[in-house]
Amino acid sequence: MRADLAAIAQWVAPQARVLDLGCGDGSLLRTLWHERQAPGYGVEINDAAVLECVENDVNVLQVDLESGLSLFGDRTFDCVILSETLQTIHRTEFLMREMLRVGREVIVSFPNFGHWNARLQVALGRMPVSETLPYEWYETPNVHHCTTVDFEDLCRRLGVRIRERLVLHKGKPVTWLPNLLGSVAVYRCTAG
Amino acid sequence: MNAPHDPSSVGAVTAEKAQFDQPLGLKGGATLPSFEIAYETYGELNAARSNAVLVCHALNASHHVAGYYAEQPDNIGWWDNLVGPGKPLDPRRFFVVGSNYIGSCFGSTGPASINPATGKPWGADFPVVTVEDWVEAQARLADHLGIERFAAVIGGSLGAMQALQWTLSYPERIRHSIVIAAAPRLTPQNIAFNEVARQAIMTDPDFHGGHYYDRGVVPVRGLRIARMIGHITYLSGEAMAEKFGRLLRRGAPGFDFDVDFEVESYLRYQGDKFSTYFDANTYLRITKALDYFDPAADYGGNLAAALARAKAAFLVASFKSDWRFPPPRSREIVRALLDNRRIVSYLELDAPGGHDAFLLEDPRYHSALRAYFANIAL
Repeated sequence: MRADLAAIAQWVAPQARVLDLGCGDGSLLRTLWHERQAPGYGVEINDAAVLECVENDVNVLQVDLESGLSLFGDRTFDCVILSETLQTIHRTEFLMREMLRVGREVIVSFPNFGHWNARLQVALGRMPVSETLPYEWYETPNVHHCTTVDFEDLCRRLGVRIRERLVLHKGKPVTWLPNLLGSVAVYRCTAG
Repeated sequence: MNAPHDPSSVGAVTAEKAQFDQPLGLKGGATLPSFEIAYETYGELNAARSNAVLVCHALNASHHVAGYYAEQPDNIGWWDNLVGPGKPLDPRRFFVVGSNYIGSCFGSTGPASINPATGKPWGADFPVVTVEDWVEAQARLADHLGIERFAAVIGGSLGAMQALQWTLSYPERIRHSIVIAAAPRLTPQNIAFNEVARQAIMTDPDFHGGHYYDRGVVPVRGLRIARMIGHITYLSGEAMAEKFGRLLRRGAPGFDFDVDFEVESYLRYQGDKFSTYFDANTYLRITKALDYFDPAADYGGNLAAALARAKAAFLVASFKSDWRFPPPRSREIVRALLDNRRIVSYLELDAPGGHDAFLLEDPRYHSALRAYFANIAL
């Protein structure tokens, strides 16, 4: 399992009601169900991924995150997860607010654009391509890159309280200079 | 192709009838003293009786879901692309039941049947039936077939309304409800189209207030127009443009009122064909069943409250090109199910076929149904 997903799974309380936004093939939801008896729903737009979810017997809802979370009532989930999807969202602030509306707690992971390798490639005049940013600039689904510092700024502006942070590189936690040495960041947040 | 030797066909099938002599009280207040249901089955009910799947049909279809009739090899079931060996709903694993609703003109008791009180066809006196009434009748059929609980009930459009109603009328008797191209209730625009269709039939001079059987006439003109209107709403604008464009039948405009455009020819053909096999009294009643369907009505319009008693797991699917029951209508159902914390998956399929897409073979659509059925435990 992807390192950020393993971290996320640890943060989900047993039996929590989970909403996984951009859930891919549903493997996180499946793990959460089997290991933590946490029932959940995934949201996914991609046809092939939706099919994999159905094959994996995961509840999946094929709707576009950009149009918000109108399918879900206020505070209907214990935990709303957005893993490696934040950077693909156009209306980032709007979605963050929507997540905090439907969930008691929000877990967000994203590739850290502040990692030294990305900085170096930009300094050398190139858009970065790496393990965590695997796309060429002309084919990337990513539209909003950020660093850990940028994300924390946004949280402050939205009045979001960061409860836990885990920065990773190659699956290992990074505590020293995380915005420079970490390639993936995972946050657990609540409203206020 | 479904030639008789096609291994993915259920092959030659036989329609059957079940007779029910216990009166059936209808939602509209009338009572059917007795009734028959025409049905077909494919596959075998397993020993645990846990593998039955009910297929509910929409407006103009019947219990003839799959396969063909030995004496009519071209008469292939309306959902033959879904049901068959190796197909998404595989009768080698499931016991598939196709049931014709009451009020139909294809075998179940309907307006053309004999009214036992008069010895004549019911005609206009046949009561208006509802989706709830159909589910009651299907439950009797399930009893008759020894099915206590369906593994799944599946339908598209009006059939989907039955699949949904099953979870409300008999929450304990259905494990999975597969609701395709549905709406939780019709919009005024939907009802308006139905009313135009009904007016076309009822104002046809051959309608005779619904008592046309013994006069030896059929309100053909009304049926044709009703069918044309229906067909326009079943196809997407895109599908029509793709299929017909602005092609001219005669190569150039005729500057008269014969068929100019291909689409006119298509509608006339569909209308003509329909008027030879469909019954006008049935058409009136089916459109009413659609108009009246509204499970939230008894709950102040609150669909979530209406669906609170549903226990089944749901698969809801809509098609982006469907403007009759577009995706937001299915999302209403999904939202109400989520509010009740039901197990639900929702597919929003980018298929071009319009409302009729549920009948067509789209790889994404059929793969999802195949995967869903495969995960139904028996």
